Amino acid sequence: MSVAIPYTTDPRPDTGLYNAKLGVWLFLASEVMLFGALFSSYILLRTSAPEWPAGSEILDVPVAFVNTLVLIASSVTMVMSWASLKMNDFGKYRLYMGLTILCAFGFLGIKAYEYGTKFSHHLYPAESTFLGIYFVLTGLHGLHVIGGLIVNSYLWGPGAKMWKTEPDRFANRIEVAGLYWHFVDLVWIFLFPVLYLL
Amino acid sequence: MELEKKDAHVAHGHAEAHHESFWRRYVFSQDHKVIGLQYALTALVFLLTGFSLMLLMRWQMAFPDDAMPLIGGLFSEAAAPGGRMMPEFFNQLGAMHGTIMVFMAIVPLVVGAFGNYVVPLQIGAPDMAFPKLNMVSYWCFLPGGLLMLASFFLPGGAARSGWTSYPPLSVLEAGQTAWLFAMVLLITSSLLGSVNFIVTIVQLRARGLTFMRLPFFVWSQLVTSFLLLLAFPPLEAAAVLQLMDRLAGTSFFMPEGLVVSGQIQDYSGGGSPLLWQHLFWFLAHPEVYVLILPALGMVAEVIANNTRKPLWGYRALVYSVCFVGFMSFIVWAHHMFLTGMGTVISAFFQTTTMIISIPSVIIVTCLLLSLWGASLRFNTPMLFALAFLPMFGIGGLTGLPLGLAASDIHLHDTQYVIGHFHYVVAPGTIFAIFAGIYYWYPKVTGRRMNETLGKIHFWPSLLAMNGIFFPMLIQGLGGMSRRLYDGGKTYEFAADILVWNKVMTMSAFTLAAFQLVFIFNFFWSIKKGKKVGANPWNATTLEWTDAPSPPIAHGNFPKPPQVFRTAYEYSVPGQPQDFKPQSQEA
Repeated sequence: MSVAIPYTTDPRPDTGLYNAKLGVWLFLASEVMLFGALFSSYILLRTSAPEWPAGSEILDVPVAFVNTLVLIASSVTMVMSWASLKMNDFGKYRLYMGLTILCAFGFLGIKAYEYGTKFSHHLYPAESTFLGIYFVLTGLHGLHVIGGLIVNSYLWGPGAKMWKTEPDRFANRIEVAGLYWHFVDLVWIFLFPVLYLL
Repeated sequence: MELEKKDAHVAHGHAEAHHESFWRRYVFSQDHKVIGLQYALTALVFLLTGFSLMLLMRWQMAFPDDAMPLIGGLFSEAAAPGGRMMPEFFNQLGAMHGTIMVFMAIVPLVVGAFGNYVVPLQIGAPDMAFPKLNMVSYWCFLPGGLLMLASFFLPGGAARSGWTSYPPLSVLEAGQTAWLFAMVLLITSSLLGSVNFIVTIVQLRARGLTFMRLPFFVWSQLVTSFLLLLAFPPLEAAAVLQLMDRLAGTSFFMPEGLVVSGQIQDYSGGGSPLLWQHLFWFLAHPEVYVLILPALGMVAEVIANNTRKPLWGYRALVYSVCFVGFMSFIVWAHHMFLTGMGTVISAFFQTTTMIISIPSVIIVTCLLLSLWGASLRFNTPMLFALAFLPMFGIGGLTGLPLGLAASDIHLHDTQYVIGHFHYVVAPGTIFAIFAGIYYWYPKVTGRRMNETLGKIHFWPSLLAMNGIFFPMLIQGLGGMSRRLYDGGKTYEFAADILVWNKVMTMSAFTLAAFQLVFIFNFFWSIKKGKKVGANPWNATTLEWTDAPSPPIAHGNFPKPPQVFRTAYEYSVPGQPQDFKPQSQEA
């Protein structure tokens, strides 16, 4: 039992936002601080280190490049799924959201393969500070992908029932989930060059 | 139409509230008032726990050769054989006192409890913007807090590296892993809470309640939420890195060739202990403002109400509190002047620290000038609010020598730091919390707390607080280090200032004794307190004028309020009464 909270679906006229949209932007701001702190730590550790390996010599650049494409593709399908709802095409929403989820699985699969080859060469986080920060950054990013995957799967499956009762609110949910998903994508866009190329 | 819809829902909610199960209503409640009370009671218990740990430490510092009386036998052989405290146990108590007080008592009280209960009422909202998230926030806080307390019973005991957890010590010592996991839960709770507060304040303000009409308390909560939102994630990042150092054997914070007890440690090296300090203080300095800003907000409410005048310089207060919030992100390294990070960086942070003192002084000055020419009502909340001003003043002024790199060389890590900080938070924030409890108690229960008992609580507490913390300033200027397990007994130079240890300990036990009066008053007044109406203080803000005491479960207001004027229109000339409610039509 709960009270009806105003502006859960319609934007408040003077702010132009519905509650969840403001909420997710604030949440993303805190996420920026989380990853920002880790990137800053990376810079501090690297600048104070006597030597720092070139990422491309330890890590697999082509595989990560493919993974980048997979993740960017998932961002495109995520937008398409939201646009489909806005155009009242629930079938297409299901399709595009399904593709987004598949891409997420693909990304995680490729990432798991990368981790596996590192472990099989006995390259663990304790090996060097470079590998340590590599595993922390990509691991935390991976957890964010898993989080997004769970939310998207819910919205593809049981959560989609809301389309029948409150279509506008459901479209808002996809928009909010999309904002988060693009952020996760964006983090990777920073991670890839920083860890693999620089 | 929007309003009509809301109206219908509120009435609907009222009728249905009676059919809720016990669990839904009191345990997993989504009503901001119940969650606020859950936070309040839990955090008050934690506050008492943190205080009790300190009483044990104070006994040890004043009487380092004597076993603890009465309860000495209750501790394990490892902690206190024969009732005499071991140094390791003393360190655990110190680390946990700081952690409990900051993260589990004061922040949950000022934000989780007062913020949750009062903010939606003051802005005329039916609830928080995300009631489920609000519930989850509490249910992250409670397990985090319990895990933190339970870590005392782990093999090896609780964390013992201070609340600041500086590596390499924190990476090597027992108990820290539980501390880190508990902190992750507490951080998550704060994060969810802060998103909720900002959205609530921005989106759910009543009709006509523009930003410049908000009560100052709401402003302080808004700024505080931004600090929590943006400052906590770096600590989360740091906690992850420290967990990796402890569990996966990385060396983010571990330098090369670290030798402990003659043994070279097996770390790959290349890490930086200083990095932790930067990440930690990037959180922990804004955190200090999280502790104090809501307190200033509460004091402002009580002062405006009991001076029967508008707050002096409302706009200056609002701009100052925003500026403090912003500046608090760029002063952190004034905690690190002695780490050898370099004079240029020290000069920068010394400058920003001096700058941040300006808006803080503006806030206190505005509150002080609000008293000018008023006929004050000296009720219990007002006494605590009035005492807050000079106590916070001492706390702030004693901070200046710490903010200047040169004088900090002498004072760093001495009892002076402890005295300074506690003046801000103990007779500062905690007095504001007491003011808030006495002030909003009638809103929650429909009854006032007993005034006589309140005054018996107030005056000895004020004296005892100063008896505890002023000698710390003296000892610190005398060069006494903090975190000394024997209270400084083994140091020859400290012989003349050792006597203050006994004064402080006596004062601490006195303080404890008079809190019993408060605890009695708190519970006794629920049933026996003087019954009052919706607006016993003749206040202007929405929580008093538009909601019954207690406010309606799920929905707060019988009808959605509308606001016509600024927050503190007291003693307006030519009016029949000396207050003009925000919701009263012109």
